[in-house]
Amino acid sequence: MTRDFDVIIIGSGPGGSTAADVLTAAGRSVLVFERGRNRLVELEPPYNLITDYSNDEIKFMVRHFLGPDPWLDPRTFRPSEDMGDRLHVGDVNNLPATVGGGGVHADGKLPRFREDDFRLRSLLGPVEGAAVTDWPIGYDELEPFYAEAEQVVGVAGQAGANPFAAKRSGPYPMPPGPPMYGSLLTVAAAERLGYHPYPGPTGANSVPYDGRPACNNCGFCSFFGCPIHAKGDPVSPLRRALLTGRAEIRPDSFVSRIVMRNGRATGVEWLDAEGERHEERADQIVVACGAMETPRLLMLSGLEHPEIGRNLMFHFQTISLGRLDHRTHYHRGRSVSHLHDDHIIPDPESFTVAREAGLPWIKGGMVEHCGPAHPIMEASTYEWGAAHKTMMRESPFRDHLVAMCMQGEDLPQPTNRVDLDPAIRDARGFAVARTTYQPHRHEVVASKYHAAKLEAILAETGAEWTTTVTSPMLDDNPFGITAIAAKIPVSKHVMGTARMGEDPATSVCDPWGRLHDVPNVTITDSSVFPTSAGYGPTLTLVALAIRNSRALLG
Amino acid sequence: MAHRFFTDSEYAAVDAACARLIPTDDQPGAHEAGVVDYIDGLLGAFASDPPLIWAGGPFSGRFGGSASFASFHHLTPLEELAWRTRIEGSLGRPERERLGPVEGLQEVYRNGLAALGRDFVSLPPDEQDERLRANEHFRAALYAHACQGMYGAPEYGGNQGEIGWKNIGFAGDVQPRGYTDEEVSQRD
Repeated sequence: MTRDFDVIIIGSGPGGSTAADVLTAAGRSVLVFERGRNRLVELEPPYNLITDYSNDEIKFMVRHFLGPDPWLDPRTFRPSEDMGDRLHVGDVNNLPATVGGGGVHADGKLPRFREDDFRLRSLLGPVEGAAVTDWPIGYDELEPFYAEAEQVVGVAGQAGANPFAAKRSGPYPMPPGPPMYGSLLTVAAAERLGYHPYPGPTGANSVPYDGRPACNNCGFCSFFGCPIHAKGDPVSPLRRALLTGRAEIRPDSFVSRIVMRNGRATGVEWLDAEGERHEERADQIVVACGAMETPRLLMLSGLEHPEIGRNLMFHFQTISLGRLDHRTHYHRGRSVSHLHDDHIIPDPESFTVAREAGLPWIKGGMVEHCGPAHPIMEASTYEWGAAHKTMMRESPFRDHLVAMCMQGEDLPQPTNRVDLDPAIRDARGFAVARTTYQPHRHEVVASKYHAAKLEAILAETGAEWTTTVTSPMLDDNPFGITAIAAKIPVSKHVMGTARMGEDPATSVCDPWGRLHDVPNVTITDSSVFPTSAGYGPTLTLVALAIRNSRALLG
Repeated sequence: MAHRFFTDSEYAAVDAACARLIPTDDQPGAHEAGVVDYIDGLLGAFASDPPLIWAGGPFSGRFGGSASFASFHHLTPLEELAWRTRIEGSLGRPERERLGPVEGLQEVYRNGLAALGRDFVSLPPDEQDERLRANEHFRAALYAHACQGMYGAPEYGGNQGEIGWKNIGFAGDVQPRGYTDEEVSQRD
């Protein structure tokens, strides 16, 4: 039997790129498949960085430059199983389909989880209707990998600035970047009210790092690829893997199936850009397609573990807005410069609120101090006619706004899941991922409880008015919006769907990301998360990818 | 000037309609910014190769660096299928109707302009507004495109002379200059 590569990696985002870096450094040869296009790094020596990204709102926010095109690669959505096969076809929380994956478009807030996040069930107890569980690993075991992940991605932050942060073995590789003006105002107000904001750990260079320049604050950060590669997108680990001469990246190449025989994977079946079908063989397979595409691929491959696709989690976003009497210019800088974590730790009052709602406890999430930055998006929110000109000049919904966005912990629910849509096919002819999702009462109660606190911070900042929107939208939202699309979470933090655990009956993969049923298939993305914490998932998934890839080496 | 998609009369009607959506007051509006050229560029994107879908990068040249936005990207066969379907409609072709028939933007505009009436350009402004109000489906598409053409990069045809950005005090595509730390952290 012949094969050209030791390991096939499916997906080139932070999880797959990290695996490629770790495995090639250990002498293994890897083939990385990416369904999207390559706009990150040239695939021939000396592997120069590509410069296709730009400060272009049309290209990135209107015309799907980073993919996937929602008509070619749709997903489907319904809030619950009793609402028919689907209520929506198209964009369902699409993360970029491009070399670099979700690392490319993010503004890179990269906090670690807290010690408590790995022991939610033990610390706070079960919640009816939710599959709250402990992680099979603890923070102490992951800490060295967190430290390594911060070096790999390049995280700018300030150790000790966050009193709630998990214990660290060392400093951040870079100091924080410049604070954003609007955030300095909300930070001061939050401090006056007793909260503890801190410079958010950010995967954008504050100084030249790893051969890439310092960020120049252009403001086209969240949703955009970085034109100067100052962002800690996975370009560094991918390029390092390529430079070993042991990695090949194959863009425009869709893996349609993991081929298995006698409980072992032998390779993958894949389609090239022209739709031609091919096969590649390898000893080991790494799956890093993201928490929607990973379970889809496992199901397309014929795996039937009943837990695959279940416990799909997002973060429940609570976005409080306040209007100031002067300009906040959030179009300069790194989209978000400060966070605070106070809402992650349940306070005594929150237990009372929870009990009144019939819940044992409620938990919020990290709060991003932020504001809107993009004029086309702003313009679309105003009425047409003479008012358009007045509103755009006065800019109440962009340049006078300060915002707080809480990424609230979303409890795992077995009924929230990804499966294969029974009828809808992608442009290559394969069943697409169908999502069935609605928030647990926990998220709704937690959101309302914390929204009042967020609005109080904005009022203390001097806001003339404040309001709160959520994603997914609730039926009692202040704008009376009932569209089904508003019930699809916009948080790009997607987790669960192939949870890890010791017990093969209740988890899809083991604590090292290996499928219980097919142990030479390892998952290195956020699919394996048992719970969602209240923090962005990327640094944790990179830390796990390092750990799981090392375990794969044996 | 020859248009990419519109006839002269369609071009004039779209221009007039956009001038009602984003009017000229003491500042220039959609008409002066050439928003109609943005829409003509979208509907006629495939009149050139590569099509006017994704402008190049990394820099526009407006804040240093060499200008590269005008070099549009090539599409893969699947990307071309998606964008032609979106713009031209599915036209009964099986490969474009995988998810059902698609009303293309060209059809949206042809039907929308017909509904506004052949006399639209010559109507007084309040009657033009009345017709726009009566055609919500078309007006919504037109307004979305007008906002893109007013505040998007000029290489797509609109925002001529950066009128949209100048109106609102937005610098636009500032790479590679970016902003200084002081500009990020301090009140203007």
